[in-house]
Amino acid sequence: MKIVVCIKQVPDTTDVRIDPETRTLVREGVESITNPFDEYAVEEALLTREEYGGEVHIITMGPPQAIEVLKNALAVGADYAYLISDIAFAGADTWATAYTLAQAIKKIGTVDLVACGKQAIDGDTAQVGPGVATQLGMPQLTYVSKVREIDLENKRIVVERMLEDGKEIIESSLPALITVVKDINEPRLPSLLGIKKAAKAEIPTWTIKDLPLDKVKCGLEGSPTEVVRVFTPEPREGGEILEGELTETIPLLMDKLMEAKVIK
Amino acid sequence: MARLLIDEGACTGCEACVEECPYAALEMKGDVATVNEKCTFCGACVDACPVEAIVLEKEEKGVEGLDISDYKDVWVFIEHKRERIANVSFELLGEGRKLADALGCKLSGMLLGDGVEECAREAIKYGADKVYLTESPILKEYRTDAYTAGAVNLIKQYKPEIVIFGATTQGRDFAGTIATTICTGLTADCTGLDIDPETKLLRQTRPAFGGNIMATILCQKHRPQMATVRPKVFAMPEKDDSRTGEIIREGLPIGEDKVRTKILEFLQVDQTVNLMDAEIIVSGGRGLGGIKNFPVIRELANVLGGAVGASRAAVDAGWIPYEHQVGQTGRTVRPKIYIACGISGAIQHQAGMKTSEIIVAINKDPEAPIFKIATYGIVADLFQALPMLTQEFKKRLDR
Ligand SMILES: Cc1cc2nc3c(=O)[nH]c(=O)nc-3n(C[C@H](O)[C@H](O)[C@H](O)COP(=O)(O)OP(=O)(O)OC[C@H]3O[C@@H](n4cnc5c(N)ncnc54)[C@H](O)[C@@H]3O)c2cc1C
Ligand SMILES: Nc1ncnc2c1ncn2[C@@H]1O[C@H](COP(=O)(O)O)[C@@H](O)[C@H]1O
Repeated sequence: MKIVVCIKQVPDTTDVRIDPETRTLVREGVESITNPFDEYAVEEALLTREEYGGEVHIITMGPPQAIEVLKNALAVGADYAYLISDIAFAGADTWATAYTLAQAIKKIGTVDLVACGKQAIDGDTAQVGPGVATQLGMPQLTYVSKVREIDLENKRIVVERMLEDGKEIIESSLPALITVVKDINEPRLPSLLGIKKAAKAEIPTWTIKDLPLDKVKCGLEGSPTEVVRVFTPEPREGGEILEGELTETIPLLMDKLMEAKVIK
Repeated sequence: MARLLIDEGACTGCEACVEECPYAALEMKGDVATVNEKCTFCGACVDACPVEAIVLEKEEKGVEGLDISDYKDVWVFIEHKRERIANVSFELLGEGRKLADALGCKLSGMLLGDGVEECAREAIKYGADKVYLTESPILKEYRTDAYTAGAVNLIKQYKPEIVIFGATTQGRDFAGTIATTICTGLTADCTGLDIDPETKLLRQTRPAFGGNIMATILCQKHRPQMATVRPKVFAMPEKDDSRTGEIIREGLPIGEDKVRTKILEFLQVDQTVNLMDAEIIVSGGRGLGGIKNFPVIRELANVLGGAVGASRAAVDAGWIPYEHQVGQTGRTVRPKIYIACGISGAIQHQAGMKTSEIIVAINKDPEAPIFKIATYGIVADLFQALPMLTQEFKKRLDR
C-alpha cells in the first residue's frame, strides 16, 4: 500500500500570545511544531503499513525550516519525505495549497490512501483535505475517528466519522483521502535509532520546477481569497469574581444566569 | 509572483512592522527592516508602517472567461437532518437577508435532499425569497459526491454571487469540495460577514491562531464568494408565516453508480454529547480528580438541560470520551452559557470556548487563567460548589 501523509508546520499556539499593552503578537521564543492532528495522520499511516504492508510518504509545503517536521515523521518510522518549498508557493490560500499538494502527490505516483489532519491549528480551516481529494479526484472521508477495515483486493475502506450528533460508519472505494481527529490513535514517540536515521536522511526539496504545476495556480497569485486586514481582537474582559460564602455566591450566580433567559 | 518591497531609504527602523507581522517574517538588519521567507504576503506590515516604506506588489488579473457581473443573489445552504433544518441555517438566513438587502438582491436557499419540500417552505418563512431544490433518493443522507454534484449543478446554472454554509462537519466537508470543483475562494469558519459599501464585496472576518488574531478576507476575482460560518454567531431570525416565495426544482445530474461512498450505519449519541447545538455546556477538568467524580458535572448538566464538556486533561486521563473535548484539538463551541469546573483555562482550552456568551468558572485557585476570561467566577472547591448549585437549581426550576 502506498500512503501519503500531508503534514504542516505550525507555530505552537501555547506561545502565541497577545501583549496586553501593545495588542500585538508576542513571538519571543515561539516554537514551531507539527500540526497536532497531523501527528495522528502519520501514526494512522504507520499502523496501516504495519497491518497491510507498503510504504509511507510524507509531504509538507512550507518554508525551508519546515524540513524539521519531516525529520520528526521519519524519526517515528515514515519511509520517505519531501519538502515542497519555493518562494512562488508563499501566500498560498487553501485552494492553492491543495492544488500544489495534489500535484506533488501525483508525482509520488499511484497512491492508495492519503491522510491529512482534520485541520491545522494555525488557520483552522479544515479545507485543505477536501481540496486535495477533489484535485486528485478521490473520495474524501473527513473527521475519521477509526479505520475499521481496508480491503485491498476489492479496493474498499470502511471508517467511522465523528460528527456532532453521532458516529457515521461509511464505506468508500480506494484510493481515498481521510482527515483524522485526535481520537483515532496514540502517536508513538521516536526511537533513538529513528532520530539518528532521520538526522542523516536526505530529504529532497521540490520547487516549482520539479512539479507539473501551472504557475498561475500557485502561491498568492493562485489564491482566490485574499487577506486584506489582520488585527488583534478585543481581549475578552475578565468579569466579576463573586466574593463571599457559597451560601451567598451560589444564589447570586443563579440570578445572573437566569437573566440570560436560556435556562428553562 | 508577489513581492514585498521595503524602501530602505524611507524605513526609519521603528520596528512597527516587525511587531505587527503575525508570521515573524520581518527582521531588523541593522537599522532597516528586511523580509524573510516566512512572509505570506498578508499585508499587515503595509498598514502598520507609519512612513509607507513597505509596498506589497502583486499581479492583478482576472479569471479568464468569468464575468463577475453575471453573478447575482445571496444563497444559504440549508442543512437538515430528519426533515428538520439545522439551527445554523436559520441563523444564516437571518444574516443572508441583511447581506441581500445591503446588495439590493434576492436571498435564496439551496436545498438538497429527499422529501424535503417542507424545509423549503420553512426557509422562505425565515427570510428566503426563493429556494433552489434538488430532490432524489440518492440525496437521502449527506454524502460528499452526491451533494456536490447537485450543488455544483445549481451554482453553475443560476450563478449566485455569494454562497454561505454553516461551519458544521457537513458544511465544512461540503463547501471545501464545491469551492475546489468550481475553482473559487472559500473562507472557513467566519465569525463576521458584511458588505463593503464601496466595492460591494463580501468582507469575511475569521479568527486564526486559536482566536489570537482576526483576519478579514476578500474574494475579488472569483465567483461565487463562499464562506462557512460558525454556528451561534448570528441571531435566530423571526419566523414570518405570511412570507411567500418561489421553489425552483432541478434534477440531480448523477446516478448512484457515480457516488463512491455508502453509509452503512449511523450511531446517534445522546443530547449531552452534542456540544455544537447545546445552549448550555457544563465542563469538567483535571480538578475533578477522577472518573468517579464526573457525575457531579452530569447532574448539573441534566438539571440545566445542557451538554457535558471536558478539558483535554480529563479526556486524556480516560475519564470521559473524546467527543466531549473542548478546545484546539477538540471541538470549538459557542454556547450561551459555559460553566468550567476544575479547568485551569489553558490557551488551547480557551481556543475552543472563549467566544461563549457567558463563561462561569469554578476553580479553587484564584490565579487560574480561566478567571481572566470568565464573566462570573467563584473561587471555591467544586465538590462543595457544584452540588449546591445543582440542588438550588433543582429547587428553583422545580425539577
Ligand atoms: C497541541 C496541544 C493541544 C491541546 N488541545 C487542547 C484542547 O483541545 N482542549 C483542552 O482542554 N486542552 C488542550 N490542551 C491541553 C492544555 O494545554 C491543558 O493542559 C489542559 O487544558 C488542562 O486541563 P485542565 O484545565 O483540566 O487541567 P489543569 O490545568 O491541571 O487544571 C485543573 C484545575 O482544576 C483546579 N482544581 C483542582 N481541584 C479542584 C477542586 N476540588 N475544586 C475546584 N477546582 C479545582 C485547579 O486549581 C486547576 O486550575 C492541548 C495541549 C497541547 C500542547
Ligand atoms: N502547507 C501544507 N503542507 C502539507 N499539508 C498541509 C498544508 N496545509 C494543510 N495541510 C494538510 O491539510 C490539513 C488541513 O489543513 P487546513 O485546511 O489548513 O486546516 C492539515 O492537517 C494537513 O494535513
